Parts: sequence; C-alpha cells; structure tokens
Amino acid sequence: MWLRWLRRIAQVLFLGLFLFLLFQTEFRGTFTRGAIDAVRLDYPVSIFLEMDPLVAFSTALSTHALYGKVIWALVIIAGTVLIGRFFCGWICPLGTLNHFFSSYKPERKGKKRVDANRYKKWMATKYYLLFGLIAMSVFTSLQTGILDPIPFLVRSLAVSVIPALNFGLRSGFDFMYGTNIGFLQWFADTGYRLFGSNLLSFKPQYYHFGFLLGVIFLAVAILNRAITRFWCRGICPLGAFMGLLSRFSIYGMEKNHSQCDDCNRCLLHCQGACDPQGKVPWRQAECHLCFNCEVACPEDVIRFKFFPRTRDINVAPDLKKRRALESIAAGLVVLPVVRASTGLAKDYNAGVIRPPGSLEESEFLARCIRCGECMKVCPTNAIQPALLESGVEGLWTPMLKMRVGYCEYNCVLCGQVCPTGAIWKLTEAEKLGKAEGGGAQPGKNSPGPVKIGTAFYDQGRCLPWAMATPCIVCEEFCPTSPKAIWVQAETVTRHDGTTVAVQRPRVDVDKCVGCGVCENVCPVQDRPAVYVTNIGETRSRSNQIRLESGAYR
Amino acid sequence: MKEEIGRRDFLKRSSCAGVAVGAACGLGFWLHSRSRHPGHELSTAQSRDYRSNISNDLPKMAVVSGGTPAALAAAALAALGGMQKFVSRGDVVVLKPNIGWDRVPQQAANTNPDLVKAVAQLCFEAGAKKVIVTDVSCNDPRRCFMRSGIAGAAESVGATVLLPEERKFRDYRLNGELLSVWPIYTPILEADKIINLPIVKHHNLSRVTMGMKNWYGILGGRRNQLHQNIDIGIADLATFVRPTLTILDAYRVLTANGPQGGNLNDVKLVKTVAAGTDPVAIDAYGATFLGLRAEQIPYINIGHERGLGNKNYSELQVKYVSIE
Repeated sequence: MWLRWLRRIAQVLFLGLFLFLLFQTEFRGTFTRGAIDAVRLDYPVSIFLEMDPLVAFSTALSTHALYGKVIWALVIIAGTVLIGRFFCGWICPLGTLNHFFSSYKPERKGKKRVDANRYKKWMATKYYLLFGLIAMSVFTSLQTGILDPIPFLVRSLAVSVIPALNFGLRSGFDFMYGTNIGFLQWFADTGYRLFGSNLLSFKPQYYHFGFLLGVIFLAVAILNRAITRFWCRGICPLGAFMGLLSRFSIYGMEKNHSQCDDCNRCLLHCQGACDPQGKVPWRQAECHLCFNCEVACPEDVIRFKFFPRTRDINVAPDLKKRRALESIAAGLVVLPVVRASTGLAKDYNAGVIRPPGSLEESEFLARCIRCGECMKVCPTNAIQPALLESGVEGLWTPMLKMRVGYCEYNCVLCGQVCPTGAIWKLTEAEKLGKAEGGGAQPGKNSPGPVKIGTAFYDQGRCLPWAMATPCIVCEEFCPTSPKAIWVQAETVTRHDGTTVAVQRPRVDVDKCVGCGVCENVCPVQDRPAVYVTNIGETRSRSNQIRLESGAYR
Repeated sequence: MKEEIGRRDFLKRSSCAGVAVGAACGLGFWLHSRSRHPGHELSTAQSRDYRSNISNDLPKMAVVSGGTPAALAAAALAALGGMQKFVSRGDVVVLKPNIGWDRVPQQAANTNPDLVKAVAQLCFEAGAKKVIVTDVSCNDPRRCFMRSGIAGAAESVGATVLLPEERKFRDYRLNGELLSVWPIYTPILEADKIINLPIVKHHNLSRVTMGMKNWYGILGGRRNQLHQNIDIGIADLATFVRPTLTILDAYRVLTANGPQGGNLNDVKLVKTVAAGTDPVAIDAYGATFLGLRAEQIPYINIGHERGLGNKNYSELQVKYVSIE
C-alpha cells in the first residue's frame, strides 16, 4: 500500500521537476547578482535527458564515448538492472502523463477494462523498433531521439505546447491590456507578473512546423483513451531497452497461484500489461512496478519481494528471433538508402546553419537526439527544428533561421544545455576566439572565432547598391570588432539625375562569423538583401571558401 | 395516420422561424454596414515636453571632467543648480540610458552603469517618487540590461528597471517631417520627467551617436528603416521628445566600430560628463570627442534650425568644472 503511495508521490514530483526545469530552460535575466560576464542558467535543465539510459546507450554506440553528464544515466541503468522498469512507473514524465490520460475518468469499465490490460502480442513492437534504431546507431545514424520519450516530450512541449500556451495566455492578457480599462489592465499586468518568471517565455516563440509536433503529441496523448498506455506498452524504445536491462533483476513479483480465485482485480489498474493475474507467469520485462496489482489483490496472491522465485517469471521479453533479426536488418537497410540520397554527402543545403559549437555534420548526426533544448533556450528564437532541410536523417535537428532570430554574439547557451555534445559546450572566450591557445573547439582547424556561416549581399535588393538610398543597418549591428561588414562611401546618381552620397556595404569573409544579425535587421524584410549561408562554418573542413580557413592547405 | 398541425402550433412555429430569419438578416446587415478597410487606430497627436522652468541665471550646460562617473554626475548636477531644480517631489522620472547592446561597461557601447546609478540616486534625493530605467534594446534586452551592468546598478538604489514588453507599445502621431506615426514604448512617455542619459559613440551612418539619436530607443516597430534618412529621423524624434535634462556620458568614448564596439582598443578613457537642458548644445559639444564639429553633423544642424537648441554651445553659459 505505502509503495503505491510512494510511487504516486514520486510521479507527481518528477513530472513537476521535469516541467519546472523545462520552463527554466531560458535565460530570464538576473539583475541582482551583478554577474555581467558569463550568462548561464540557474539549474541543470537537461538532467532528465542526461539520465536517460537510451541516450547514453545509443550515443555510446554512435560515438564510442559518453559525453559530459550523460554519465548520470548509469544511476537509472544500475537501478533498472537491479529492480526492473521502475523508471517507467515512477519517474518518466511522459509515462506519468500517459498514466494520467489513460486512467482519468476511464470509459472502459469492468471486464472490458480487464481485457484491455492483458498482454497482447503487438506490445512487442517496441522491442523491434528499438532493435532497428540501435542498428542505425551502431552505424552512426542516431535516430533514437525521434521515439525516445524524454527527447520526445521535451521537444513536443518546448517547440509546440509551451509556445501555444504562451500564445493563448498572451492573447488573453494583451486583449485585457488593450481595452484601456483600468482593472482589466491591472489583471493583465498581474498576469504577466505572476507568470512572467515561469509559464511565459520572455517573448512569444515561433517554430518551423511546430504544429506538426503538437499534433503528434496530441495523438500520443489521445491514443491512451483507446489503448491504455499505448505509447509505453507498444512504442517506447526506452521502455523496451529497460525491459531488456531488467533480465537479471533481483526484485519482482511472486504469485501464490493456489490462492488465486481469478477475480482479475489485479488487471483493472495494471499499467504495463505484465500479466499479474494468477495461473500465468509474470512478464518481468513489461512491468512498470506501479504496485496497483499488489494493492488490488484481495487474496494476497501477489507479492513483490527481493529474489523472488524465478520459476513463475517470464524474465525475457516476448520476442521472436526471426522478427528481431528482421528489424535489425531493416535498420541496416534504411541507412544506405538514406545516405545514398543527396543532402549529406552531396548538395548539402546552404541554409542548414547549425548552432555555434556544433560538430562536423556526420559527428553532429551521431549525437543529436532532437530534444529541442537548444531551441527552447535560444534567446532570439533563431534555432528552429529542421524538417527535411538537412536530409531525412536530420529531421527536427536544430538549424538557425535568421529571419526569425540571429545568433547572439556573446551567447553560448545552446551548447550549455545540449545533453550529448552535438553542440559542444563552449565558453564565451572559445566562441569569440579569445581563449588561451586560440583553438576554439575540438577539431577546429584555425584560431579565431567560431563561424557558423558567411554573409552575402544581394546587391539587386540592397538599398545603397540598387536604390540610391542610405542604409547600412547591417553594418551597425555587425558584432565583430573590427566589423566584418565594411562600407565604401560613394556618390550615386538617382533616376532623376540628382546625386546622393551612400555607403555601400561589403562583407569581409575572414571576419564574418555568420551570426546573421545583418539578415535579421535588413529592412528588405521579405527576402533580405544580406543573407547567411553555411559556407565557411568552422565545424566543416571542406565547406570553406578560402584556402586559408580550410583544413587542407 | 395523417397529422395536422393546429393553428396555435402553426403560428408559434412560423413566428419563431420569422424571428430567426429576421435576426440573422438584421445581424448580417448591421455587420455589413460596419465593413470598412481595416486601418490603424492612433493615439492623438502630441509633442512631449518634459522641460522644467529653469531660471536664466543658472548655467544651461555643465561640463565636468576628471573623476568617477558618480562624482562627475554629482558635480554636473551641482553646477546646474542641483537636481531639485529639475525633479520635483513626487515625480515619476524616466532615465533613458543607452542599453542597446549586449556589451560590458568597459566596451563603452552602453551608458556607464555607475552614472545611471548616481543619477537615479540624485533623483530620489530630490524627492522623486519613482525612477524608471528603461530602453528598447537592439540585442536581446535581457542580455543587454544585465551585461551592461545598468539593471543591477539601477536596482541597487531602488530604481524600477523595465524590460521592454511588446504589449506596452502604442502607435503615436509624431507629426514629423519624416516620421508621422510610430509605435512608442509608453512607460517612457507616461513619466513626469525624462532624463536622457546617452553615451558618446562612433556611428558610421550618422557619424556620432549621442543624445538626440538616443531617442531611437523609445521606438518599436521597424526602426531599421529609419537609416534611410537618419538625420531627419533623429531630428523628428528630438522634436517629439523634449527632455527635462540631458546627461551625456563621455567617461569612456567609443571612437571606432560603433555603435556596438567590442574592441577595447577603440575605447578612449575621457572621464567627462556634459549635462544640461539644451539637447542640441550637448550633442554639439559631444561631437568634439570624436574630433568633429557640429557643422559636420547634419542632424545637429537640423535641430538647431528647428529651434530645439543652440549648436553654438559656447554662446551659452557653460560651466566647466574639473574635479580630481
């Protein structure tokens, strides 16, 4: 009994902590501390991702190393090996949400509900998905993050649900504020004050095809109404991984079959569909350790204990060897098919500008779990989820869209929150090329700042170039010093024959870091007269214009 | 079996249907009559004058050099007759420093935080009820406000630091030569007194940015278009906002790669503050820090011609003070 209560408390606490950390994945400006040099977040916001065993396992396979705090995943791995899938029932925030959506005012009652919670063969799907994904990871295409519940939930909430929540709250408050009625304005101000440091982001955020992630998230949530914990039982590759890990668990269920009178109450609230009822062996790999069955059993048939008799336990998941091999083969077949398309090796998209500190593209794809932390933390909203811009493999990987935001020159927060080092943790000095020794990041070939791309002018659209009009907003905002954008004073003739003095901007490719603020502030709003492409990006050896900045010289 | 409806039933049902049709048509015609091209609603036209009545015996401008930013501020205000000449008991005072860029104080891209703090302190001592420090930054405002040191410094003496919020912008009629309607951050205009706290910086297009140019920081909207006729734009804004006082920070002067800077080699330590009630004179004086004369700066000349102030600052009673 007390274990079930403890589990419920843990679920609420961990979900709360998860949401709190997600909402704190934003620099909100702390004025009172007087710290003015380095901007860092107050909390270890990506700790749930770093504790995710599948993140650890798959990145270890794809990179042959464990990055930074991902070592914390060992806590969960060790716990799972010892006592089974406690993570699913006690900690996983998506599991808790699925639990809630499945059991809040359920439509199914009685026998229907009992049958719904019996193990079904399709629930082994998650293992085959895991095998396919793992096979791809071995060959450095890391796709686990698409279905891994922690990256899935962080991404869905950060890129779709939270921006939508913001939009809704802001619309309400701003409508009240706009009425110019005193007490309504007071309401709006109070709302902003109350939620300004938690629910509301500093500015409204917009994400490329964010609604797609919202629709998928809603589908996962709603499917719980049709099939209890559909995701957890049938899809979740992390659950599958933990099911495999729990093979040698020393904790589990022991059933006193002789006492069982087949009342099936244990099945009414079963979360994992692990066959807790009498007369059949318990499926260890499916159990979430929710303890609902133990509480429900009127005859004391079910008991959880250390070192249970293994005679009545199905320790291994319900797998067909043939299906397992097929799913591994499928993963291996997908890989060359994807890699033989253009996008990565050839015809790399010029607009895929990766966040500063990102590793070389193949290294990057071997690490990025598409959790969306970098997108959430980016202060200018520049980091956006790619759709197919960087190939099928790059689905929802981060890329900068300079019309939305730009890379803030002194900001390194995306690398700070990246759990896997796809965006390497840089200091400000390393990003700006002012660090001791000059080398800014591993594998970096030249001293100097980290470049994410290079700016170019479209002279046919630029005001001083094409329209005999002074402008150079780009030059004003160019953050490097000396500025990468330099100007030449010229006297140009207008259509009517009069002359005007203008300054025409040009880019110094060696100084430009590709931050994109020029593109962001260009008054030619629809298709800016200055734009950034990824050539010259520090992370690539070959994607260079200049001989001097490449690795091969 | 054939069913016939009764008279009562017939009347009831047909009148219900009639009322529904009538209501739908009435609503439709009413909505149709409201249809017009969606335009923009504007606040009423107004110039914003925050000047105090100052006796002519007092100097119009003070130039103080040689101390810490706080000492310079105190000495400058003392030379002008004291802050109580400008700020009355119970006033809400807005300080408008330049907090445009994500830079630290040593880089001289934003107004010196110690100067802002000292001026806020002086306002409180003169009896101000509330001192608001705000700006509409160019870079991410959270970073600008924090790393400039201004937010921390201002809050430490009890000033209210406001990060610009989208919802608090309203369209105003500026009725300028170039700028007719523009969104403005309302908390700035809603003050009793405004003290402009610019810093002297190199600026490639306008040559030098100081007090008059600092009013860009009250605007929202697409201010990147203002560069196309920057001098008229600056003059229009300076015509719209007539500040109580301008206190020009020339403690550190950014001499190149402005207005954002970044390279400490471009920063010159001048240790000077110029303060006064004539925004044109102050800018004319400030231009000299970059080796320029007022005549070389078009917007100063336009301001002079419009009568916003006197570019020939030597014609005013300027009080020069040296402290150490």
